[in-house]
Amino acid sequence: MQNQMQTSAAEPDTNGWQGALRGYDPGIFYCEMLRSSERSAAIARVASKLDTISLETLRARAGDAETELYNLGITFTVYSDKDAIDRILPFDLIPRILTRGDWQHIERGTIQRVQTLNLFLHDIYHNQKCIKDGIIPADLVLGNANYRKEMEGLDLPFGTYVHVNGIDLVRGRDGTVMVLEDNARSPSGVSYVVENRHLMMRAFADLMDGVPVMKVSDYGQRLHQGLSEVAPAAIDEPQVVLLSPGVFNSAYFEHVFLAREMGVPLVEGRDLFVDEDRVFMKTIAGRMPVDVIYRRLNDDFLDPEAFNPDSMLGVKGLMRVYAKGNVQLANAIGTGVADDKAIYAYVPRLVRYYLDQDAILPNVETLICREKPALQQVLDRLDQMVVKPVGESGGYGITIGPKATQAELDDQRAKLLANPANFIAQPMIDLSVCPTLTDDGIEPRHVDLRPFAVTGRSTWVLPGGLSRVALRKGSLVVNSSQGGGSKDTWVLGEDVR
Amino acid sequence: MTRLLARYAECIFWMGRYVERAENLARILDVQETFSRDSRGAHDWGTVLDINADRARFGERYGAPTAQAVLRYYVLDRENPNSLVSDIWGARENARTLRPLITTEMWVQLNVFYNRVLRLGVNDLAEERLSRLCSQIKDGCDAHFGITAGTLYRDEAWTFYELGRSIECADQTTRLLDAKLIAAAKRQDDDVVADASYWTALLRSAAGYQAFRRRHPRGVTQEKVTLFMLCDPSFPRSVAHHLSSIEEHLHLLRRQYGLKAANRAIEHLDGMFDDVDPMKVSKIIASGTVHQLDDFIQRSLIELTAILGRSFFGWPVEDPSREPAQAA
Repeated sequence: MQNQMQTSAAEPDTNGWQGALRGYDPGIFYCEMLRSSERSAAIARVASKLDTISLETLRARAGDAETELYNLGITFTVYSDKDAIDRILPFDLIPRILTRGDWQHIERGTIQRVQTLNLFLHDIYHNQKCIKDGIIPADLVLGNANYRKEMEGLDLPFGTYVHVNGIDLVRGRDGTVMVLEDNARSPSGVSYVVENRHLMMRAFADLMDGVPVMKVSDYGQRLHQGLSEVAPAAIDEPQVVLLSPGVFNSAYFEHVFLAREMGVPLVEGRDLFVDEDRVFMKTIAGRMPVDVIYRRLNDDFLDPEAFNPDSMLGVKGLMRVYAKGNVQLANAIGTGVADDKAIYAYVPRLVRYYLDQDAILPNVETLICREKPALQQVLDRLDQMVVKPVGESGGYGITIGPKATQAELDDQRAKLLANPANFIAQPMIDLSVCPTLTDDGIEPRHVDLRPFAVTGRSTWVLPGGLSRVALRKGSLVVNSSQGGGSKDTWVLGEDVR
Repeated sequence: MTRLLARYAECIFWMGRYVERAENLARILDVQETFSRDSRGAHDWGTVLDINADRARFGERYGAPTAQAVLRYYVLDRENPNSLVSDIWGARENARTLRPLITTEMWVQLNVFYNRVLRLGVNDLAEERLSRLCSQIKDGCDAHFGITAGTLYRDEAWTFYELGRSIECADQTTRLLDAKLIAAAKRQDDDVVADASYWTALLRSAAGYQAFRRRHPRGVTQEKVTLFMLCDPSFPRSVAHHLSSIEEHLHLLRRQYGLKAANRAIEHLDGMFDDVDPMKVSKIIASGTVHQLDDFIQRSLIELTAILGRSFFGWPVEDPSREPAQAA
């Protein structure tokens, strides 16, 4: 309380902030708190309330929150030669808030995108009309490392391939929300969405007072419901399981979280076996049939008989059972084609082709380096472009032109010339910022947003999502492996101007 | 309702065992420090090595069993599978696997406990701090047991947890008793049989001193203490008490959870009850063959674990001699 008196005695800055936000300046970037306040009285109130709290109080609460994450074991594990070190994903306790209007736009756009990806996957594994009609080059699909011939002609319930989808969205300087990347294989991070909210409700309940934030806590039940919908129709209460690579996987905490929230067993490959075209799990009462597997294991490792013969993590014969329709896998095998960075560039055209609609969420302008004119454009202004290898994820191998040294640019130029098809390039996006607690007080830091969509019979989008924040000053890379943290994401149930 | 995964049953069985093992070890180290000086005031830390049959393994790496070396080996040494840090690590790793099953309260306590044990260093082994260290470990283990009893849902998982605990504690009690008997046999010139303080130390390490005193107000003798620790069904760390607990949980598996496979274990257990009949044990004490009895009980408990492994954990039937994998 003493601190509050001290801060309120200070002169307000030019924006009228006199407490924690004093001197906060997002510069040229879109600020998720200040700019969105213009459209929402609730967000404006949160900003004012935040300003009345002293930095010391904020820091103390942030410290408590991090201790709690560590004690709860909400960690990812980093392995060195000798030790396993549990690290928390750094949590910033200033929330990222989305207006009702912004969210409805994102929700509609996400559903449209998931629909398109599912239609695209069904098409390429059946008639391949999009290729015949010249919408997408055949070799991009058929020559893709993630294209699975085994899926050709296989019919999936409701045509759903991508049961769980995470789209990486960014907001540009003018406030436009754009798709940066699709994640149609095993998108992770949803556990942080829910756990961050729990943490927030304990650490910062006063900030939420009177703010109509939509709940995220029923994700597990929604996911269970979606997965049950795709089970063979004759089964009353389908047995759903979550298949994890095991405790050594860095996302193990999330697997635990999801299994617990769904109320289903968390199994490893060694708990399952195939007999007579059915999948069973080993229990203390003997074998029990399994109907739906939410697998957090890449295609390669799923079945040593069908894919990588060295995999110790999968289930021998699983593909055979899957091909017969006796078990459902979420996500389906072979969805990796759809979230490939090279295919990404074509998604707006696919939306138009399959749905006869414009894409609600536009792509970031993307140059496909395999196309000669595009490659030349990229080489001409390499220092202004973000160049990404198509096969990688997690922010690895990216060169950010405006931030790169001459040596890094030369290196990237050589790689581009050697294997242009391996790269796409995008102009540098001025990612939106969010007030974030740093050692130097509250400062703007860049954020993205990954909403999660669950699809069984139809698509449901969790109202919220993972807001990742680049904690290093000026950094645009939000990945946890590269110094990123996360924030609680609030979606307002209503907007009052 | 979904049946318990075989692997989870084994993990929770071992989680209970590891914590029980850690608690017993902390008790032994504490008592060794405080109460087991001989008439010349010297400590025999070799006894601790005997309890765990660790003399050879210890000697290879540390040489003579000085207080510091034995403590390092049993508290801090990650390469010693019987050290406190290894036990708590084992419990926590199993808990990590079991997180979808156990309560958040259980997980958080074990996680925090483990992180505290990880921070222990050589300084914590100093003579004047050892007792406090042992208390902290015992408190951590007891907190685990209390939180588990207070929060874990009572289904098959709880049953396997209790089976693991009881088997481990029964085993530890026989080892503790045995080590004292061996040490006593080696020091005949001290007349340990009549040395009450020697047997008092044993009772204290099993948290049984006060109870024993109430039950036997006069005289602490080797015979009475042995009977108390093996056969008194009211003493919660006695072998007889644990066998009753094991029986209760095996019957739950068979009746309440409809697992007929429990029959094999129940049959095996019936034979074990005979072994701790007080009349029989008195005769064994008189004939000086308690060590053989302890050995026999330990082997029976290992066989019981193997039967549970084959009946419920998916251990291969054709290989009955398989060493317990101790799960995660």
